[in-house]
Amino acid sequence: MVFAPQPMVNSYSPTLNFSENENMNTQQPKLLLTTSPFLKPRQDTRFIMWQVNLALLPVALAAIYYFGVSAILIIVACVAGALLPEWLHSRFQSAAISPLKDGTALITGLLLALTLPPSIPLWMAFLGGVSAIGIGKLLFGGIGYNAFNPALVGRAILQAAFPQAMTTWAPHTDLNGFSVLRGDLFALPFAQRSVDAVTEATPLAKMKFDAMITALPDLLRGSTAGSLGETSALIILLAGVYLASRRILSWRIPVSILATVFVLAGVTYWLAPDTQPQPLFHLFSGGLMLGAVFMATDPVTSPITQRGCVIFGIGIGVIVMVIRLFGGLPEGVMYSILIMNAMTPLIDRVAQPRIYGTE
Amino acid sequence: MFSFLEKHIKTFRHGIHPGDYKETTKDLKIERMPFADEIILPLSQHLGGPSKPIVKPGEKVFRGQLIAEATGFVSSNLHASVTGTVRAIEPRSHASGRMVESIIIDKDPFSPQTLFNERTIEWEHLSPNELLDMIKWGGFVGLGGAAFPTHVKLSVPDGKRARFFMVNAAECEPFLTSDHRIMLERYHAIFAGIRICMKILDAEKAYIGTEINKMEALELLQSAIPADLPCEIVPLETKYPQGAEKMLTEAVLHKEIPSGQLPIDIHVIVNNVGTVAAIGEFFQHGQPVIERVVTVTGPGIRRPANLMVPIGTKLSDVIEYCGGLHEHVRQILYGGPMMGSAQMVLDVPVMKGTSGVLFLTDHEVVPRQEYPCIRCMRCVDACPVYLNPSTLGMLAKGRFYDEMMNYHIMDCMECGSCSYVCPSNIPLVQRFRVTKVLIREKLAREAKKKS
Ligand code: SF4
Ligand code: SF4
Repeated sequence: MVFAPQPMVNSYSPTLNFSENENMNTQQPKLLLTTSPFLKPRQDTRFIMWQVNLALLPVALAAIYYFGVSAILIIVACVAGALLPEWLHSRFQSAAISPLKDGTALITGLLLALTLPPSIPLWMAFLGGVSAIGIGKLLFGGIGYNAFNPALVGRAILQAAFPQAMTTWAPHTDLNGFSVLRGDLFALPFAQRSVDAVTEATPLAKMKFDAMITALPDLLRGSTAGSLGETSALIILLAGVYLASRRILSWRIPVSILATVFVLAGVTYWLAPDTQPQPLFHLFSGGLMLGAVFMATDPVTSPITQRGCVIFGIGIGVIVMVIRLFGGLPEGVMYSILIMNAMTPLIDRVAQPRIYGTE
Repeated sequence: MFSFLEKHIKTFRHGIHPGDYKETTKDLKIERMPFADEIILPLSQHLGGPSKPIVKPGEKVFRGQLIAEATGFVSSNLHASVTGTVRAIEPRSHASGRMVESIIIDKDPFSPQTLFNERTIEWEHLSPNELLDMIKWGGFVGLGGAAFPTHVKLSVPDGKRARFFMVNAAECEPFLTSDHRIMLERYHAIFAGIRICMKILDAEKAYIGTEINKMEALELLQSAIPADLPCEIVPLETKYPQGAEKMLTEAVLHKEIPSGQLPIDIHVIVNNVGTVAAIGEFFQHGQPVIERVVTVTGPGIRRPANLMVPIGTKLSDVIEYCGGLHEHVRQILYGGPMMGSAQMVLDVPVMKGTSGVLFLTDHEVVPRQEYPCIRCMRCVDACPVYLNPSTLGMLAKGRFYDEMMNYHIMDCMECGSCSYVCPSNIPLVQRFRVTKVLIREKLAREAKKKS
């Protein structure tokens, strides 16, 4: 065979012609010894948490639009409640980084507030925040170790302790009713409720107990009764799309939850079109959207594989529909997520990825 | 424009996209670096046993002369990369951070530095075994970075068959452009090397796999394939670690290398493109591995370049030739940023496996705060061998090494993708490396006890 001419020659001038630049910097710099990889994207956990907070902002603003000053007060109470144990913990643990700065307590406080009814007394909201972080997170060993979504733990505790306050729903308004308090917000702890506030049933309760179906546009806009964040399905959906597009949450979880609910609702509607609502009603009512987008996707308490996430989402969807259709409660998003949180280690076990090069 | 190439882009599952940073040097021609006055040739530049010196201090050596012999099968020969006098054989700084026995050669300032025993080897008449011996003599090791002796790689074990010869030109490490330049400037040597390797292996077909961020190289190779050579150019997605053997075979042949086995078990032999080109040139000129292409790049060096560096040139000489350092250089790496190793001193030599020298400044080297694992799935989605780095990381922190075996830690190829994506800055691969060493030691101890 013939070799083509080579661009390389094998003998060349032996003279060194290093540059004569006197100021050349060849001094040994102070070098740092670490091991590879040396490249890293700038997004860290703190960034992710603040992105979630950012996405929660419009949801909170919508709550303020519909429930006025009550919403602001409740949000403040919940966040303050969530920050308190975090702050105490960091004082005594002397953690390297203040957990206050990582934004997770803020997420928990905000999320908890969004699940509360607008008429809840502030001390209960504060207590909910404290127990969400104190019991739901720190008791487990802090972020990363908690088995259950802290905000939902806080809410479950409130629900168990104050069932009545947690199921009294004040009607929504728009900005005109901004300054109207929705209930006895400033009630003293454990005092009897003095004022009989105006109440309205949530769309799901109306459906379950009164066979009344709320119109879809109202659900989408959020102009219905419900907890602070239960009302604006569309805004939550957009926030979710934003987070998914920035790859901050796993889209598989909300999509599989919503798809499961939609399919099951479709089946029930098909079986009993007279008594059952349209499938879309189920998607946009209650806490489903908030739960699917912001709570089930909490990475710490959801499975760690893509396959696991789909199983997780389907599980939540099924439990939600079972509770909604057959349970004594009108809504079951909270319990279904908590139940599936408990299943997560099991799902992780069965949904481990197949190792490369094995059958 | 070979637009058909874009339609057949192949890849593997998972992996990461760190950005390639190759713009700085990808259009710079390979430049010959002058010989430095002092050359340091460590006796262990490859995987396997160190070479045994066959010269003595004071002896005169010629460029290309054999100066240290392989000890055993998995070892490699070493040649003088400069004509001069052996000053000493003594421990010197080595890229691994240890002191390693090295042959120090003082350059003869008056020698024209021509190649010792320059000749063309008529390889068509040689048998595969003779060819293999020639390659062993030439001191070839994987020039991509791993530095595994090439003659070992090209020896097919009894009962196995190598049907496909795969040339790894993915160069998936960010910043590095040496393989890119080799493909553009030395493609004849690549095809010659392929012929020789295919003859040794008795292979049916050759593949050259290259990421599509090297489009010029893809087009050039495609247009230059000799008509009688059964060789296919495979465009690959620009994704890390595309150049890992397992990923390459998955992308090109859609076959996985079974866990714990080698490419040969699916009839494949993979070799780095720089090695193949060097083999081609060896049979043309008789030049053993005495120099290599090194990409000198990064924000910390004044004049980035692709250099042909004599093996054994000190890092400080390379820096000087490239105009010196910028302020605030904080890390100097041998190899790429994903799998390279940080250097602590400037008198380490360039070795056979040094594919690049990367200079990072304070701007890139930012200390990171480690947070707890938030189970965000990013590492699981990145791991190209589908491990669960999150769980493995927690187990490693708690030193549950036995449990880690159940999670297949030994399949980890230490690519670092998991550490790269982890938003909590957990040193995952760093822990896995330590773990694997410890587990291997433990297994060896147990094996010893049994026997
Ligand atoms: S990428 Fe880091 S934080 Fe995320 S799951 Fe893996 S180890 Fe945990
Ligand atoms: S270093 Fe190991 S565990 Fe991490 S991504 Fe690479 S192969 Fe997977």
